Amino acid sequence: MEGWDPNTKSTLTQIPLLTTKAGPRDGAAWTQRLKEEYKSLIAYTQMNKSNDNDWFRISASNPEGTRWTGKCWYVHNLLKYEFDLQFDIPVTYPSTAPELELPQLDGKTQKMYRGGKICLTVHFKPLWAKNCPRFGIAHALCLGLAPWLAAEIPILVDSGMIKHKDDATSSTET
Amino acid sequence: MEVELKEMLNDLESLKQSLPDPSHRASIDKLRLRVEQLTSLEKSGPARRLKVKDMSAEVVDSNPYSRLMALQRMGIVENYERIREFSVAIVGIGGVGSVAAEMLTRCGIGRLLLYDYDKVELANMNRLFFRPEQVNMTKTDAAVQTLSDINPDVVLESYTMNITTVQGFETFVSSLKNKSFRPNKEGSGVDLVLSCVDNYEARMAVNQACNEMNQTWMESGVSEDAVSGHIQLLIPGETACFACAPPLVVASGIDERTLKREGVCAASLPTTMGVVAGLLVQNTLKFLLNFGQVSPYLGYNSLKDYFPTMEMKPNPQCSNVACLERQQEYIVAKPARDAALKAKMEAEALLVPEFPLHADNEWSISVVDDSGLDSMDATSSDTLPEGLVRELPSADKSQELPTSEAPLTSNDDLEDLRRQLEALNS
Repeated sequence: MEGWDPNTKSTLTQIPLLTTKAGPRDGAAWTQRLKEEYKSLIAYTQMNKSNDNDWFRISASNPEGTRWTGKCWYVHNLLKYEFDLQFDIPVTYPSTAPELELPQLDGKTQKMYRGGKICLTVHFKPLWAKNCPRFGIAHALCLGLAPWLAAEIPILVDSGMIKHKDDATSSTET
Repeated sequence: MEVELKEMLNDLESLKQSLPDPSHRASIDKLRLRVEQLTSLEKSGPARRLKVKDMSAEVVDSNPYSRLMALQRMGIVENYERIREFSVAIVGIGGVGSVAAEMLTRCGIGRLLLYDYDKVELANMNRLFFRPEQVNMTKTDAAVQTLSDINPDVVLESYTMNITTVQGFETFVSSLKNKSFRPNKEGSGVDLVLSCVDNYEARMAVNQACNEMNQTWMESGVSEDAVSGHIQLLIPGETACFACAPPLVVASGIDERTLKREGVCAASLPTTMGVVAGLLVQNTLKFLLNFGQVSPYLGYNSLKDYFPTMEMKPNPQCSNVACLERQQEYIVAKPARDAALKAKMEAEALLVPEFPLHADNEWSISVVDDSGLDSMDATSSDTLPEGLVRELPSADKSQELPTSEAPLTSNDDLEDLRRQLEALNS
């Protein structure tokens, strides 16, 4: 965890860790894991809200809890940029992390695989592997997606690859 | 084209009939002849070769298998034609998988199962196999198009899906189990699975399926910097599975910091991918047709032209439950395996004229078997030969959480938790 900013570190220690090592094909054990995922997501969302750092919405879009959809946003130069967020829980979960997708940014940055999967190889995958099965969805968002947005969105905005939604209609405004 | 030409002929015929003046008939007949010539040209255009019933060793230009059957004459392969009985599944039809598929198709493999969810893009053109006019086709469709032209004898099945999702995985497993191609085959419906994917998640999914099905498979990979690669043979229970130890990568032997450029997710070269596909299919042919030595692991470092090899025993503490089950079965089956090996040795010994190897043995020196259980310890998979490094760290031993800190009330209601999160989301 060297090289991470103290804020992320302190947030991370407050997200509840998970204990059940189970994937979507593991029946009752998966239900148990899903409960732990919810608890850690609830705790993380509450923490973000109370720290005035609310930055995502995510919920399961099927009853099995294997497909998740929502939104995430990032504020740059006092403007809010919002994106759809989606991912599947892989069959080999939690040995492998969910592949977080921002479909609207597909093809706009090199730090992304096809389909809008963000590149997590260097900054996140080793951490996930080391902390299996204690890390869950909330940790993936905190350590995978948040730093990715912080690194990529300013570059995408400054290079003009993405525009603020208000800019699309009135581009003369400064 | 053919239809249009035919219509043109009909039009000419009716024109000829309707003309009152017979003086134009000759020129119309001339026109008709030219159209007929075009039609026959069109028909003799690029023709697909017909299916071949038996592989012939006859050396004639028209025999697609003569050079392969010559392997028998050269004493390399005992029975090459057996290749038509084999089914190989290729997961990932990218830079390595598509070339491997073409190689196996040209070798006359019986059946290929192709899995990919991606489409062909112009960005793929730095690699082999796919052509610019196939852009936007699914990789599986484009592959079937090319492969069925090259060799119509191969049975091709394509599956356009992502095997890491729950549904995709189920389809993947059931397609591997389908035995309609060779109903009396033992085990699954395929002889070998080749993993040619570009990510850890998909490799773990193949590993999971193969461990559960006790299916032998081979893994292949090319590094993100495009200068090294590897192939690996995985026999559930007998060799290390993909989850037994963190994945290995071939160290480039050059300072990594000089290679890793921030901001680029993956580079690729047709050369490295072609080499790795070649190594993979060579190992596949040796495995299926039973010749030479099948490599358990072969690395390729292109910067130093270094090819490390190694063997990996399974990890008795592997995190994959199915792997542990296969390991148990392998240990239980050891006496039977030894007996079979002994029987084979004796059968071979009968063929050799019997004479004592050493006339006397004054010091009672004997050879003891040192393979098997004794050497099956975890340390063997911890020590790596020079030039190989681990790609990911192992999971830390779970620091047992004090249960008071994380009260695990398992009677919590899932619906209730879902509602709590939704309330926060609104």
